[in-house]
Amino acid sequence: MTDQEILRFSNVRLSFAGVRAVDGVSFTVGRQELFAIIGPNGAGKTSIFNVLSGVYRPQSGRVVFDGVDLVGRRPHEIAALGLARTFQNVELFANLTVLENLLLGRHHHIRYGPLAAVLWRGRARREELAARAAVEEIVEFLELEQWRRMPVGLLPYGVQKRVELGRALAMEPKLLLLDEPVGGMNLEETEDMARYILDVREELGVPMVLVEHDMGLVMDLADRVLVVDFGQPVATGTPAEVQTHPDVVRAYLGEVTAA
Amino acid sequence: MSNSRPRGRPLLRTSYAEDLALLDTPAKRWWTAALLVLALSLPFLLTDDLLQLLAVCCVAAIGAIGLGLVTGYAGQVSLGHAFFLGIGAYTAAGLSGDPDGRVIGLGVTDIALWLPAAGLVAALAGVLVAPLATRLRGLYLAIVTLGLVFIGQHVFNEWSALTGGAGVGRPAATLEFLGRPLAVTDAVATRDQKLYWLMLVLLLVFAVAARNLARSRIGRAFTAIRDRDIAAGVIGVNLPRYKTVAFAVSSFYAGCAGALLYTVTGFFDPGSFSLLLSVQYIAMVLIGGAGTISGAIAGAFFITLLPRLTRELQAWVPFVSTQPNEVPNVFQVETILYGVLIIVFLIFEPRGLFGLWIRARNYWKAWPFSY
Repeated sequence: MTDQEILRFSNVRLSFAGVRAVDGVSFTVGRQELFAIIGPNGAGKTSIFNVLSGVYRPQSGRVVFDGVDLVGRRPHEIAALGLARTFQNVELFANLTVLENLLLGRHHHIRYGPLAAVLWRGRARREELAARAAVEEIVEFLELEQWRRMPVGLLPYGVQKRVELGRALAMEPKLLLLDEPVGGMNLEETEDMARYILDVREELGVPMVLVEHDMGLVMDLADRVLVVDFGQPVATGTPAEVQTHPDVVRAYLGEVTAA
Repeated sequence: MSNSRPRGRPLLRTSYAEDLALLDTPAKRWWTAALLVLALSLPFLLTDDLLQLLAVCCVAAIGAIGLGLVTGYAGQVSLGHAFFLGIGAYTAAGLSGDPDGRVIGLGVTDIALWLPAAGLVAALAGVLVAPLATRLRGLYLAIVTLGLVFIGQHVFNEWSALTGGAGVGRPAATLEFLGRPLAVTDAVATRDQKLYWLMLVLLLVFAVAARNLARSRIGRAFTAIRDRDIAAGVIGVNLPRYKTVAFAVSSFYAGCAGALLYTVTGFFDPGSFSLLLSVQYIAMVLIGGAGTISGAIAGAFFITLLPRLTRELQAWVPFVSTQPNEVPNVFQVETILYGVLIIVFLIFEPRGLFGLWIRARNYWKAWPFSY
């Protein structure tokens, strides 16, 4: 693994009973890269994310993140290493406010124990105030000011997606995994989200892996694209290369039968 | 703090410390102060038998807060609360009992020693039980914790050297602090007045501690586990550890509540720690409002006062008898009311008494408009 890579995903195989969800996929992500994974429904994109974040354990293969092998580690350990993600279907804590959700993102940056918490003095108070200030920067960054104290369950879908991005950013990740950040959004919301993704890249310098069905977004934002189908890698390359790759066209549009 | 605030802007916050304050609006500060003054002055307004009942309410509230933390906040349904209450009660009674008495007693009569000890022994039991919660969830966990109650009942019944045996019982822990008895009638106050004040102060301490825990990193982790456990893990919450912390803290509260509960009446037997007790505490949390500290307190007062209320009710409904051998009698009404209330709350106001309070508050906030 070179210094230029933050993530090396090599020859990973994951199957459930007879179904091969991820079948020998390999890729690397650079330290400044915005890497996209695309593929038809059920191609195994989200399974790749679940392997990365420790929700699933692959049968074989290696996942090296910033010099550490992730296979066999539990989700919270992987989070502490600096890998953050968002989910395809918003996985926010619906009863908690925007602020509380963001503060939960800072969970492993806050270290005081239960006894300090009960007294709410000294270290606990100091760290909570620092976390509150840090979270405010994210509120500002993602323009969430007007919803700070609202339970996220009551917010519009597009805003929930943004809060989820904020929760991942609050973790101060070394690598950000975005699972369909604009899935189900209208044009305006999609443009907003694209702007935030670019801002994250420009201002925070966080490399990202993006799973997305919106081809326009992927082709505009991504540096490189990996195409998967039925769990298998089809092609990797720049958006322009991938778009014209015959195997990719076949995966999306089907076999060309009689010409 | 209020010096820097512009006039006429009581809700403007100028620092994160103000933003995170427990009582963050002037209205909350005033009402809490008023409620506190009222609670402290109740002994001058009420008769001793009512004060005794309210003292029991305060202790029950401590136990309900404990169950609220594990079930309401962390979402781990526990039917084993009676087991932890029992462990606390017998630890305290065993420590403070008379060394020459009929049952085990070590003569450590100071509440500053036996109360934390009861909490810690119960917390240890909670830590031992916690691995179940890391492997099971929902209904399965409820059933397994139900098993604890039966194990507890068996042990308490059989270990008569400690518990006095079924149907016989033993004296509860002795209320002494620094060699001075806390609950005896003297020239200043009656036993029940003192008991009430003591339990009220303890409830305040336990409630503020729980509130602090709930708004801390730990409380947020609890809620995250309750709402979405996979997402909680992915953002960095160590699920097994926090489930263990939840059970430990909850059992600590239960242990302390169990230790105090029978000091009011003075005597208890193993039959007290049955499934019914666990269900009563679940009812307190559900009727009060799961996931809130004030809800747990309200629920505890409500459930504890309910038998008394139904007795009072009898005067208004003459066809209900006070004799247990006549039908219908108040005891039947009480049992039925209990179930009916849980059902009614779950259907019409799942947020419990706390939810009713929120509704009333919002109504007055918006008045005379509907929203």
